[in-house]
Amino acid sequence: MTGEFLIAVFTGTIVAATPLIYAALGELVAERAGVLNLGVEGMMLVGALAAFAVSVGTGSLFAGYLAAACASMLMALLFAVLTLTLQTNQVATGLALTLFGLGLSAFAGRRFTGLPIEGVHAVSIPVLSNLPLLGPLLFRFDPAVYGSLALYFAVNRVLNRTRAGLQLRAVGESPAVAHALGQPVMLTRYLAVLFGGAASGIAGAYLSTALTPMWVEGLSAGRGWIALALVVFATWKPLRVLLGAYLFGGVTILQLHVQGMGIHVPGEILSMLPYAATIIVLVIICRDQKTILLNQPASLGKSFHPDA
Amino acid sequence: MRIAAPLMAAAAMLATGFVIFAFLDKEPVNALYVFFVQPLNSIYGWGELLLKATPLALCGLGLALGFSANVWNIGAEGQLTLGAICGGGVALFLSAGLGRLAIPAILIAGILGGAAWAAIPAVLRTRFHTSEILVSLMLVYIAQLLLAYLLHGAWRDPEGFNFPQSKAFDERVILPLLADGQRATIAFPLMLALAALSWLFSSRMFAGYRMLVSGQAPAAAAYAGFDERRNVWLALSISGGAAGLAGVCEVMGPIGRLQADISPGYGFAAIIVAFVGRLHPAGIVLAALLMSLLYLGGESVQLELQLPAAVTGLFQGMLLFYLLAADLFVGFRLKTGSRNVGARA
Repeated sequence: MTGEFLIAVFTGTIVAATPLIYAALGELVAERAGVLNLGVEGMMLVGALAAFAVSVGTGSLFAGYLAAACASMLMALLFAVLTLTLQTNQVATGLALTLFGLGLSAFAGRRFTGLPIEGVHAVSIPVLSNLPLLGPLLFRFDPAVYGSLALYFAVNRVLNRTRAGLQLRAVGESPAVAHALGQPVMLTRYLAVLFGGAASGIAGAYLSTALTPMWVEGLSAGRGWIALALVVFATWKPLRVLLGAYLFGGVTILQLHVQGMGIHVPGEILSMLPYAATIIVLVIICRDQKTILLNQPASLGKSFHPDA
Repeated sequence: MRIAAPLMAAAAMLATGFVIFAFLDKEPVNALYVFFVQPLNSIYGWGELLLKATPLALCGLGLALGFSANVWNIGAEGQLTLGAICGGGVALFLSAGLGRLAIPAILIAGILGGAAWAAIPAVLRTRFHTSEILVSLMLVYIAQLLLAYLLHGAWRDPEGFNFPQSKAFDERVILPLLADGQRATIAFPLMLALAALSWLFSSRMFAGYRMLVSGQAPAAAAYAGFDERRNVWLALSISGGAAGLAGVCEVMGPIGRLQADISPGYGFAAIIVAFVGRLHPAGIVLAALLMSLLYLGGESVQLELQLPAAVTGLFQGMLLFYLLAADLFVGFRLKTGSRNVGARA
């Protein structure tokens, strides 16, 4: 209890939040372009399996992460072709993507169940990691954790401070106006969805190589859906995605530590906490309808077809 | 034309299955035979088909009602679990005193359990504008953990060698079988009756009409003064009740007790059933039979060809994708010559 315990809770929180940050930032970009992709859970699972299989096969975690990003981007491409080119219903297609990803990963992953994997190692940053207190708190994570922060800064900057980000937001708010101004609506949406896919893939890869270094069917246990909820919770703002993810990471980790502290609450009840917390924060954010209406991309979930 | 898309989707699924089996070095024609025909070579097999189709259709019927009203309940799996818990609780602790009323009481408890679980997303959506998609899905995980909690604790069979399962139900509350030599119960005809009722509701009753209008033309529904909240409540409580009934019928069937794995994801597969069945009761019953066959086929290829049974999920996912894509070719006509993609046929 005391110092070491607090450090363990803090670092555990950061690690548990990392996959949520990747997946939610990816989904945020897609939604800011007006595309609601409910297939995050499915893309994460396919990414998790791809990372695991390729890492075990080649011995290279980097190759695994690359494979995860590519595999999930293929899934996202499937979604994009259906919803953007063929104009299918985004909600139904997203559900289909999740169910397909569940089935595909369970089928292809059967032979990898129970295999050992050399998981991701933390890297100690020279000099800084030896600082008292700050060292163990901030400078002894694995590269993917720092990557998630880099992704946050990149997404935040591109969305809010660049012309490309402005175009993407315009497409999400009013595709008709963006189209009339000569913006490539379809291309923007395709790229945003593919980016979301790649980010979900990395999130999945982090699950199967770092958070729980193994492969089992349904490994993501609803984290893709929590990431979707995070985007709403964050009212489509990157900074709040980051904070929300740490909040959820904290709930997950506290639940593990409460049992260690000798407080007798059944494990099943504690495991409900992240899911219950998701519902509670959604209610808090959505209670005031104006917050949602003001922040939600106006064309979210609606198909767009450029009439001649 | 409405039935063309599911048929196209099923054909595309078969074609893809052919390629997958060939790719896996299994003689494809034989593999498809083992998958789709062999399970139905016996009375027992036909019974299994009806047994698994029942919960799929029950959940699918309820979900379809919601989907056509733009209410996206995707947590049928959780409502099914709650139905099993509530019905199972009555079966375990109250059935002795109820005598002949036990079976109806258990069924009603299951329906109420599922409906109550679905009432949570209903109240959160109507009162706090919270997405029923996310809430109903989160409640699936909570329901499954609740079941696990009961089975590891208070409801565990003391003589069950620490397995997470309850005592077996009293024989008198097990649903009667349709015929000897197979395992389908009277839940199947009950489901058919409810399918007919659901058809009556959505095509002959004003409440059903209001839901349809709200789904297809929200602006018109608002103009006509149809109360959106009433639709949300109706859609969620009906679909929750139906899923709860599916759950309680599962545990009162061949399972005969509460256990951790009561459903191999029927509640999620029912989403596919609803779409493949074109949100129409008759279509849903047929789609449920097809999906049930996919479960049987998965078990069959695992036994005969040593392929993972998870191939079922792969086929199910593909089916829905192909359906969504096929819809386009059925609903639109491709035109050549002009830049316009096409118009509604």
